[in-house]
Amino acid sequence: MTYAPESPAAPAGAAPAVPDPAADPLVIAGRAFTSRLITGTGGAPSLRVLEEALVTSRTELTTVALRRVAPGAEGSVWEVLRRNGISPLPNTAGCFTAGDALRTARLAREALETDWIKLEVVADERTLLPDPVELLDAAERLVDEGFTVLPYTNDDPVLARRLEQVGCAAVMPLGAPIGSGLGIRNPHNIELIVEQANVPVVIDAGIGTASEAALAMELGCDAVMLATAVTRAKDPVLMAAAMRDAVSAGRAAYRAGRIPVRRYAQASSPGVD
Amino acid sequence: MDVTINGRPSSVAPHTTVAEVVASLTRSAGGVAVALNDEVVRRADWATTVVAENDRIDVLTAVQGG
Repeated sequence: MTYAPESPAAPAGAAPAVPDPAADPLVIAGRAFTSRLITGTGGAPSLRVLEEALVTSRTELTTVALRRVAPGAEGSVWEVLRRNGISPLPNTAGCFTAGDALRTARLAREALETDWIKLEVVADERTLLPDPVELLDAAERLVDEGFTVLPYTNDDPVLARRLEQVGCAAVMPLGAPIGSGLGIRNPHNIELIVEQANVPVVIDAGIGTASEAALAMELGCDAVMLATAVTRAKDPVLMAAAMRDAVSAGRAAYRAGRIPVRRYAQASSPGVD
Repeated sequence: MDVTINGRPSSVAPHTTVAEVVASLTRSAGGVAVALNDEVVRRADWATTVVAENDRIDVLTAVQGG
């Protein structure tokens, strides 16, 4: 007797086991990205390590800050992004008022030839928490000036809704304070923000390690933005690889749909007769 | 002629342009923006914008951050 398989063999050219990220792009303001990892550039030990980490992460969008030119500075982060085809996303880090943020955004638009701006308006140096009143004011004015505004915001669903209403292209709630590595302190609020949002939700700040990036994606965030977790890791390049895979795995898990949590066991093997 | 460049008191020749100030600070003009007394000067206008006495010129560039 010959063995007959119960089901036909998989046809040639069967779907790959890993979902194709190109079929599931991140779309912000009409622009599609294959990668759902947005990186920062602050804190890297050197431009060389930063470049290797960025390339490894496969990011397509990376934040830079704008500062006065230091005479004689060697190499530039702008060149690193350019030669690797990574789009710069200028930020308004260091701004405490809407007026500061507007001035910085206008200069960034001129310097980097993009009207995309990661809007940061923080309340104080100690926490670097967003100042909601200044943030909303700045967001509205920048949208009026034609900027594509991606605001760094609190994990506050109401503020996220208001930012969307004034025309922001995405909302970027924090998981925890910038550089803290505290992870996602209020996953419930992040879920509320995701549920109501009609623009992409990007978790921004607080991510310390890969599992936290995966969790953000499992909660339904559209992307993860991080810097310190990679740039200040013992091995930034290896951590960049870990974050790339975590974001991809978390997204796949979110799309796949997790099983409901049960209080008691459910056998995964058939019972014994 | 006294001006302030990137927060530092400086002296430049009369009729100095924004483009010349930029060139004195950095070789690459890519990724650079200029504010003259807090107003952005568009790149296309650098060569024709002349600096005046007591002007504040800020020359900014993209740096690692965020």
